[in-house]
Amino acid sequence: MNGFDFDLTGARLSALRSGALHWAGEGCLAVSDLHLGRSERYARRAGALLPPYEVEETLARLDADIAACRPRTVICLGDSFDDAEAGALDDRAALWLARMMAGRRWIWIAGNHDPGPVALAGEHLAELALGPLVFRHEAVPGATGEVSGHFHPKVRLAGRGIPCFLVDRARAILPAYGTYTGGLFAGDAALCGLMGAGALAILTGRAARPMPMPRGRNGP
Amino acid sequence: MRALPTPFRDWFAARDWQVHPHQQALLDRADAPAILLVAPTGGGKTLAGFLPSLVELAAGDRPGLHTLYISPLKALAADIRRNLTRPVEEMGLPVRIEDRTGDTTYTRRRRQRADPPHILITTPESLALLLSYEDAPRIFAGLSRVIVDEVHALAESKRGDQLMLCLARLETLAPGLRRVGLSATVEDPAAIARFLARHPDPCAIVHADPGPDPDIAMLTTASAPPWAGGGGRYAIPEVLAEVRRHRITLIFHNTRAQAELFFRDLWLANDEALPIAIHHGSLAREARERVEAAMVRGDLRAVVCTGSLDLGIDWGDVDLVIQVGAPKNVKRLVQRIGRANHRYNAPSKALLVPANRWEVVECQAALDAVRAHDLDGDPRGPGPRDVLCQHILIVACSGPFDSGALYAEVTSAGPYAALSRAEFDACLDFCATGGYALKAYDRWQRLMLRGGLWTLRDPRAARDIRMNLGTITDAEMVKVRWQNRLGGAPLGEVEESFASTLTPGETFLIGGQVVRYVGLREMALEVAPAPGRDPKIAVYSGTKFSTSTQLSERILRMLGQDAWPDLPRATAEWLALQRAVSRLPVADRLLIETFPAERRAHLCAYGFMGRAAQQTLGLLLTKRMEEDGLHPLGFVSTDYATLIWGLDEVPDPAALFDRGRLREGLDGWLAGNAVMKRTFRNVAIVAGLIQRNQAGARKSGRQATFSSDILYDTLRRFDPGHLLLQVTRDEAMRGLVSFSRIEGLLARIGGRIDHLRLPRVTPLAAPLFLEHGRVPVDGAARERLVEETAARLMAEAGLG
Repeated sequence: MNGFDFDLTGARLSALRSGALHWAGEGCLAVSDLHLGRSERYARRAGALLPPYEVEETLARLDADIAACRPRTVICLGDSFDDAEAGALDDRAALWLARMMAGRRWIWIAGNHDPGPVALAGEHLAELALGPLVFRHEAVPGATGEVSGHFHPKVRLAGRGIPCFLVDRARAILPAYGTYTGGLFAGDAALCGLMGAGALAILTGRAARPMPMPRGRNGP
Repeated sequence: MRALPTPFRDWFAARDWQVHPHQQALLDRADAPAILLVAPTGGGKTLAGFLPSLVELAAGDRPGLHTLYISPLKALAADIRRNLTRPVEEMGLPVRIEDRTGDTTYTRRRRQRADPPHILITTPESLALLLSYEDAPRIFAGLSRVIVDEVHALAESKRGDQLMLCLARLETLAPGLRRVGLSATVEDPAAIARFLARHPDPCAIVHADPGPDPDIAMLTTASAPPWAGGGGRYAIPEVLAEVRRHRITLIFHNTRAQAELFFRDLWLANDEALPIAIHHGSLAREARERVEAAMVRGDLRAVVCTGSLDLGIDWGDVDLVIQVGAPKNVKRLVQRIGRANHRYNAPSKALLVPANRWEVVECQAALDAVRAHDLDGDPRGPGPRDVLCQHILIVACSGPFDSGALYAEVTSAGPYAALSRAEFDACLDFCATGGYALKAYDRWQRLMLRGGLWTLRDPRAARDIRMNLGTITDAEMVKVRWQNRLGGAPLGEVEESFASTLTPGETFLIGGQVVRYVGLREMALEVAPAPGRDPKIAVYSGTKFSTSTQLSERILRMLGQDAWPDLPRATAEWLALQRAVSRLPVADRLLIETFPAERRAHLCAYGFMGRAAQQTLGLLLTKRMEEDGLHPLGFVSTDYATLIWGLDEVPDPAALFDRGRLREGLDGWLAGNAVMKRTFRNVAIVAGLIQRNQAGARKSGRQATFSSDILYDTLRRFDPGHLLLQVTRDEAMRGLVSFSRIEGLLARIGGRIDHLRLPRVTPLAAPLFLEHGRVPVDGAARERLVEETAARLMAEAGLG
C-alpha cells in the first residue's frame, strides 16, 4: 500500500496516496469532501453543463481503496453531497454505493454542504468518537486526536498544486476526495492557525510523500 | 461621382480641405452591400467610413439607429465620438452620436436601448451584449450601415469571428444592411473582404494611396547589444537623444515587462526631465486615460508602450516610432511605423532597436522586407466552433429560435460559410445538453425545444451567459492597488501566476514604480511604495507573437552568407564565433546541438519555425524522450530554436525526428500536456463550460473554483470524442501547435540532420537559457525530483 504512516494520539494511521486515511488497527477508512453531484447542481441552477462523470470517477477511486483496505468501517467526513437534490444519486451510482456499503459500518458525518441525512443507508452523525480519535467535518481549535476535512488543503510544489493531508501532533486534515473540488493552499492563514509547529503536509498523487507544511510562502 | 451636399462642401472649403479620392470612392459606392477600404494609418479612414452615413442623415429627420460603428478598443470609441461630433455640430447636422462600451453607465445604456442615437459607436462585445436582449429586433430594425474599424486586427482573433456572427444576426434584423470595413495595409485584402462580406455577396476593395515609403533604419548605438535577454536598455542614451531631437516619439515594446523595465531605466537617465509616460494593457484604466489625455494635449515628448497602442487614437504629432525588440512580423512593423507622421504625403520615420545580438539579425531581415514591400501573414482558418457555441447561447438569451433559420444565418458569416449542418448541430447540442456521450442532463438541459423553437430552460441563465460574454481569455489577472491608507487606488494588474510567486516584502515594477507586496486582500494585491529598491522582474507579459515564416526564411538566407557587412560588428562576430565552435543553421538542414550545462543534459534544435511551432516540437520531442526513457525535465522555445533539458543525454537526436513517429506523437496528442490544457481552458471559457463570472458568486472564490485541468482530464478519460476536445485540438493545431510548420520543416530538410556533440553551451544556444515560458515535462524525471525535493526538505527540517 502506497501510504505514509504516522501516529496521532496513540493511533497508528496511514495517509494513502489517493487522499483516503487508513486506520488499519480499527479496520477503518476515512475520506472527506466527496462533493458528489456537484455537476448536477450546476446544471440544475442553470449554470454550465459540466462533464457528468465526476460521481463515477470519485466512486471508482473509493471502490479501489475499499477493495485494497477491506475496512470494517468507512467514515465520510462531510460535504459528501453538494446539496439535498444531489443526494438523490442516479440508480447506477446509488447501486454502486450500496454495494460498497454492504457488510460494513458506514458513517456519514455532516458537513456544511450536506443538507442533513440523505436517503441512503448508513449512520448520519455530527461527529464520531472512536478510540482515541474524534472524526468531524471542520477542525475545532484546541481539539486533540481530531480527524477532519473541509479545507481541501493543497501545496504548491514543482509548479503544481497538489492536494495534501496536513498532520501535526493533535490533528489530521484530509484533502478533498471528490473530483470536482478546488483547494486552499496550505500557506493560508486559516490553516496556519490550526496546525502546530512541525506540522507535515503529506502529498497525494503517485505516492504519499511527506514534507514540512509550508507557511506563508505558498500563498496567496 | 456623387457630389457632396452644400453644408459638407462649405465645411471642407472653409478648412481648405480636399476630399481624398478614397473618401470619394466610398461615397460613390455607398449602396454596395459590402466594401473594404485599405488605407495606411492616418489616411482619413474614419471620415471615409462615416461620410456616406452623414450625407444620408443630413438629408432629413430620420428616427432611430442608422449607423453602427465597431471599434476594437473602448478608448477609441469615446475618441471617435468626440472627433465626429465636432464637424457634425459645425455643419449643424441633425445627427445624434453616442458611444457605448463596458464603461458606459447603466442608466445611459438603458436609455440607449429605449431611444437609440443615429450613430452608435461601440465594441464587438458591447454589440454582442445588445444582441442578447429581447428588444434587439426593435433596436436594430432601421439599421442601415455598419462600419468595422481596424477590421484587419479583428480578423486575427476570435473577436472578429464573434463580430461576423453578430453582423449575420444584424442582417436578419435589418435586411439590406450595408457593411464597410476599414483596414490597414495587409498582405491579402481579398481574404479580409471574404471575412467581412455576407456570404456569398461580393465585396468591393478600395485601395487608398499608400503614400511614400517609410524612412526606417536600425538605431546605431555606442555599446553593442547584450549577448542575450531583452529590453534594449543598452540603447537608452541613443533613444533619449532621439526623443530630444523629435517632437513626439512612440517607443514600442513587445511585452509589458520589457516596457516597464525600459521605462524605469529611461526615466533614471532622463536628466532633463523630458515628459515621458508609459502605456500598456496591464495598467489601470485611469492611468492609461491620463496618458492618453496628456498625449492629446501635446504635453508628452515620448510614450513607452506595447501593442495597447497598435490601434488607436490618431495622434497627429508623432514624428518618430522606435521599435525595441525584433518586430516578429513585417506587417505589424509596417502598421506601427505608420503611427508616425500622419501628414498624408510625408514619409513615416522609424528606428529599430534589437534587444540582443540575435535580434540584430532579425531586425536586419525585417528592414530588408519592409524595403521590398514584402508583407507576411498566415491564412486564417475557419470560424472556431467555441465562438459559435457562445453565439448560440447569446441568440437564445434574446428569444426562442429556429435551428434551421439560425444555421442559414450563421453560414452567411464569412468565417462560417463552410460550416456543415452536422457541425452546427453538434454545437447546438453542446449548448442544449452539454453534448456528452452520457446523457445526464435530460432534466436540466440548458436549452429546450418548445413548440419547435429552442429556448432557455431557465431564464435566469441569461444573466450568467451575458456576464461571461466575449472571447478575450487572457491569463487570470490579479488587480494591484495601493494599500488602503494610501487610498486603495488601482495601479493595474498582474498575472495570477506571477502574483503567486510573491512573498510579502518582495518588490516589483508596475507603471514605472517600484512597489512592495504587502498582502492579498479581497483578491487584490496590496502594495506600498518602495522607491530605490531593486525590483523583482515582473513576468506578466503581453501577447507573444511567432516570427513569421517569411521573416524566418529571410533570416536563414542571411545566416548562409560568408560574411555580414550589413550587421553591426558585435553581431557579425557572434555569428562567426558560432560558426567556429559549432555551425550556423542553414535552410535545407536541421542543426541539433547537445551539450551539458547546469548539471543537466541539454539538446538544442534550430528549426526556425516560429515560437508556436518550436513549442510543439518541444512537446513532441519530450513526449518521445519520455517514452524512450530519456528523462526529459522541461523545454523552452524561441522563434528559432527549442532547448530541452533532462537527466540523461540523448545519444541519437536524429532518431527523434522520424516523421512517422512525430505524427504518431501528434495523433496521441490529447495527452495531458500544459499547452493543450491552456488551449482547452480558453475554449471552455468561450464556449461557456467554464464561467468566469457568476451572479452572487462567493467572494473568496478559491474553494468554489476547481481547475479547468480537472475538466480536461475528466473529458479525456470518459468522453474523448467530445466537441470541446475537438475544438481544442483544431485550435492548438492552428495556433499554439502550428503542426503545419513542423511538416514544412521536415519537408525542407528531407532527413538532413546534423548532430553536434559539444562540451558546453554554444553562442547561439545561450539566449535560450534566459527565456521565460519554460514548460515542465510531467514525467518520470519530475516525479524523481518531487521525491528528492520532499526528502531534502524533510532532512533539512530534521524530520527525515
